[in-house]
Amino acid sequence: MIAVELLILIPLAGVLACLLAGRVAPGYARVVALVATVGFAVALASLAGEGIFSGEPVQGLRVAQEQVPLWDLRIDGLSAPLLALTALLGPVAILASWNVEERAAVHHSLLLGLQAAVAGVFLAADVVLFYVFWEAVLIPMYFLIGVWGHEDRRHAAMKFFVYTFAGSALMLVGILISVFTIGATQIDSLIAGRVALGEPMLVFWLLAIGMLVKLPAFPLHTWLPDAHVEAPTAGSILLAGVLLKMGGYGLMRLAIPMTPASFAEVSWVFAVLGGIGIVYGAAVALVQADLKRLVAYSSVAHMGFVLLALSTGTERGFSAAMLVMVSHGVVAPLLFLLVGQLYDRTHTREIARFGGLGTLTPRWGAALSFAALASLGLPGLSGFPGEFLTVIEGFGAWSWPVAFAMPGVVLAAAYNLRAVREVVHGEVAGEWAGIKDLTAGDLLPVLFLAAAIIVLGVWPRLVIEMTGDVFAALAAIIGTGV
Amino acid sequence: MSVVLDYGWTLVLVPLALAGLVALVGRPFGRFVPALAILAPSWVLIYGVLTLLEGPEDALRAGSVDWLTSVAGGGLTVGWAVDGLSAVMLVVVGLVAALVVMFSAGYMAGEGGLPRYYAALCLFTAAMSMLVIADGFVGLFIGWELVGACSYLLIGFWFTRPAAANAAVKAFLTTRVGDVGLLLALALLWRDVGDLSYVAVFAAAPELSAGIVTAASLLLLVGAIGKSAQFPLQIWLPDAMEGPTPVSALIHAATMVAAGVFLVARSWPLFSLSTDALAVTLAIGGVTAVGAAAAALVQSDIKKVLAYSTISQLGFMFAALGAGAWGAAMFHLVTHAAFKALLFLGSGSVIHGCGSQELEEMGGLFKKMPITGVTWLIGAGALAGLPPLAGFFSKDEILHEVIGAGPAWAAILFGASLFTAFYIARATRLAFFDGYRGTGHPHEGGWSMRVPLIVLASLAATLGFGGAWLAETIGAHHGSLDVKVALASTVLAILGLLAGWKVAGVDHPAFTRAPGPRLAALMRSGWGADAFVQRAVLRPVAVASRALYTGVDRRVVDAVAEGSAVAARAVGKTLTSLQSGDVQWYATMLGAGAVALLALVSYIGRGL
Repeated sequence: MIAVELLILIPLAGVLACLLAGRVAPGYARVVALVATVGFAVALASLAGEGIFSGEPVQGLRVAQEQVPLWDLRIDGLSAPLLALTALLGPVAILASWNVEERAAVHHSLLLGLQAAVAGVFLAADVVLFYVFWEAVLIPMYFLIGVWGHEDRRHAAMKFFVYTFAGSALMLVGILISVFTIGATQIDSLIAGRVALGEPMLVFWLLAIGMLVKLPAFPLHTWLPDAHVEAPTAGSILLAGVLLKMGGYGLMRLAIPMTPASFAEVSWVFAVLGGIGIVYGAAVALVQADLKRLVAYSSVAHMGFVLLALSTGTERGFSAAMLVMVSHGVVAPLLFLLVGQLYDRTHTREIARFGGLGTLTPRWGAALSFAALASLGLPGLSGFPGEFLTVIEGFGAWSWPVAFAMPGVVLAAAYNLRAVREVVHGEVAGEWAGIKDLTAGDLLPVLFLAAAIIVLGVWPRLVIEMTGDVFAALAAIIGTGV
Repeated sequence: MSVVLDYGWTLVLVPLALAGLVALVGRPFGRFVPALAILAPSWVLIYGVLTLLEGPEDALRAGSVDWLTSVAGGGLTVGWAVDGLSAVMLVVVGLVAALVVMFSAGYMAGEGGLPRYYAALCLFTAAMSMLVIADGFVGLFIGWELVGACSYLLIGFWFTRPAAANAAVKAFLTTRVGDVGLLLALALLWRDVGDLSYVAVFAAAPELSAGIVTAASLLLLVGAIGKSAQFPLQIWLPDAMEGPTPVSALIHAATMVAAGVFLVARSWPLFSLSTDALAVTLAIGGVTAVGAAAAALVQSDIKKVLAYSTISQLGFMFAALGAGAWGAAMFHLVTHAAFKALLFLGSGSVIHGCGSQELEEMGGLFKKMPITGVTWLIGAGALAGLPPLAGFFSKDEILHEVIGAGPAWAAILFGASLFTAFYIARATRLAFFDGYRGTGHPHEGGWSMRVPLIVLASLAATLGFGGAWLAETIGAHHGSLDVKVALASTVLAILGLLAGWKVAGVDHPAFTRAPGPRLAALMRSGWGADAFVQRAVLRPVAVASRALYTGVDRRVVDAVAEGSAVAARAVGKTLTSLQSGDVQWYATMLGAGAVALLALVSYIGRGL
């Protein structure tokens, strides 16, 4: 299907169009960028007829596959929900940066380049192509942080780049070992030929560490808060929304099925790191003075749930991991969007300086309260199904030790409600009298994400039905024991 | 299958839709909002009554949807079932909620943010219905969490007041501690039963090992303790009085806080198998009943008296559950819903009338607010357990059952009954009799506030005669009236009332001298529970979290990462001039790297 390649070609064409439009008039660039992201969403939606949203695999163009070495694209149940997330967040990111003045055309074209690269990661059926896209993601993100970021942007951008690059260098070694031992580059062929691997445990860790950095898992997470705090709003939205999901995706796409027996042997490490992440991320989020850093650490806690869910190695556990990832992919962007909107108005993110915004900016206050409730896992909103399933499946796999992660559930409520209490509730902080509430334009992406949060919370089967077959197969691979 | 049962899902969707509607059109059509909002609980009430008339089903599953399904089968379903127990709860919830909305139309008139208020009430009705009609623990848990969220939103309705905003967070976090217990109970049952519908769990319960049954029951109990403000998680309820008074009547007296009792009653096939779990339930109920009643003796805020009273009365219900008499617990739940909602709305009427919550600034209101006064007296009598008012019958049944289970606990409950009569007589005299001590102009509220009082008062007077019917409807055992217990508790009630009346006459304006100043201060603070939690939980958590951030995250985890980067850069310094910090240079390097990478990739690709 041509539409599969279009998912990469449309944003790439958008990059060029955006740069050209920016030469004509700076204001055109954002329109072109928005059109390109909508085009991406339309291209993905056009594949609904092929059944991608019920988990049917769809191949990319055969001609392209034959002509271009290593070019092999495919959508299946594992990538479909994450591509949908990418499609959803594209327009949100552009709308969130509607007011960017500084080199807007370059900014927007980097966002589009990022979207193309991320889509490539989720589409690649060939491991080398997968790796190329994986690394390509770093480049636009590096510049988004380094050029459009805040005070300490240089350091944060470099840290983001070096840290995750170091991780993926290990992943590259793992990939090269697999490719040369098994003699194939197609991911399916690699998995089918996995018995040839001499040192599966080594390969597993080489692959997994790069992905755990990306996720990020405790204790490989410290690049994240710095990157988020310094990143511009649209950068944070895409970083939290889709870039982190590459970690969980990579584990389920490559590391676990390539070396399932090794994974099963050390899955307790995932459970331990996940459990620590849940409590640690929440506890650290609780004491943050910077609202954006608080949200960043909440990501560490949520990704802890992903790890715990993965560690079960069951079909339901994988479903839980995907549900948490997709939910985090809409909730964290909403939080970052709101924090960005607040920063645009006040030029600070310091929690202590706020108070009573529910009176001054009731729309923004309501939106933050909503996002906080979603983030703490309230039923009816997207966070609950995945975390609930993680806990009950985790208990099935690990029994009582799962209780050690439970303080994180209480702390999650604590840091989220603390933020609402300090910023939205209470007496009005006089400093901000006259601050403007969200405009209709500001509200558009907010409502968009809020709607997604409700839909996913009420009907999690939207995701489960996409991934069901893939995860049943993945659990079966683990069941084979090799 | 009855016709009514097929539409069980409307109990959730209709109030939910109304919540959305109220939130959307509430601003332009402000005047009609209460009329719109009252439709939600009315539907729940009508549905409950229709079900009771038709005769509820025995079956615990009417319809369900796969919610978290899976290829492997055994999906986690969410469904509905209206049996006798849930039908009774629906009537309680629907009736009290409808009366509270009606009362609010007068009480809350002129407040800002009313669409938010009424939308939250509708949402609460939906969530409470979901909790009640769920056919399994998944649906129950969803409703359970959502009523907690509505409670949070409504306690913090006046969010600009720091006390209200803090109380909302405190309520949510404290009950969340209990919810973790409930969540673990579900996880345990999921592991060992593989299905969380009531039908499956209860069918499997006799096959489970005794340890598992006890563990599951105790974990469920932890959830119930949090929701029903039982010791040691009772601390949030007195603070929750920062919410508007009609909300206190509905959520923090009649319905949500009773959900813990409902949970245990609903899970009875599990609880009844574990004598250990029942013993713990009895102990918690007994301790809470007497401790909270004692705290109520010396409160100076009329709502605080009622808050501690609610905790104490819920303790009576837990004691009944622990004694194996879940029918008696449900009976008291129903009568308590009527008389405590009445007392709360009565206090709301008083607060509305004289503009203060302090008993010190009341007095002599009986003459100025005769309808509130008369209905309050009925509610107070019912609470004290005077025959033939509702509370007399249900409390009598509890006392009778607890005597059978453990005479020591029965003695404690008799003590709690004495305290109950004392504190309500004291509050009654301070508010309604002697001369008016305040500075306002007390007056009766409008009809929308009087009608709910009259309806609830007639129920508080008569519901006691419905015990046998209720027991039959919910399928529980109903004990006949025990004359000796009835006599003893009536004598105690009268003694308590007289003593409370007397103390109220001599002990204002401080109201706290009777037990001595230090003990009184301790009791007034709810036995120092807040200070204890502050010292033993909150401060350590804050200190540990801070230490985790500055000590571990920054100084160790991040320092290692940054340190290795510095080391790597030192090595790399001789090779490149990456530190120039020039973005264009980075860009060139990155571009070159990407090209090199692509070249490598094509090379590998060709080789295969």
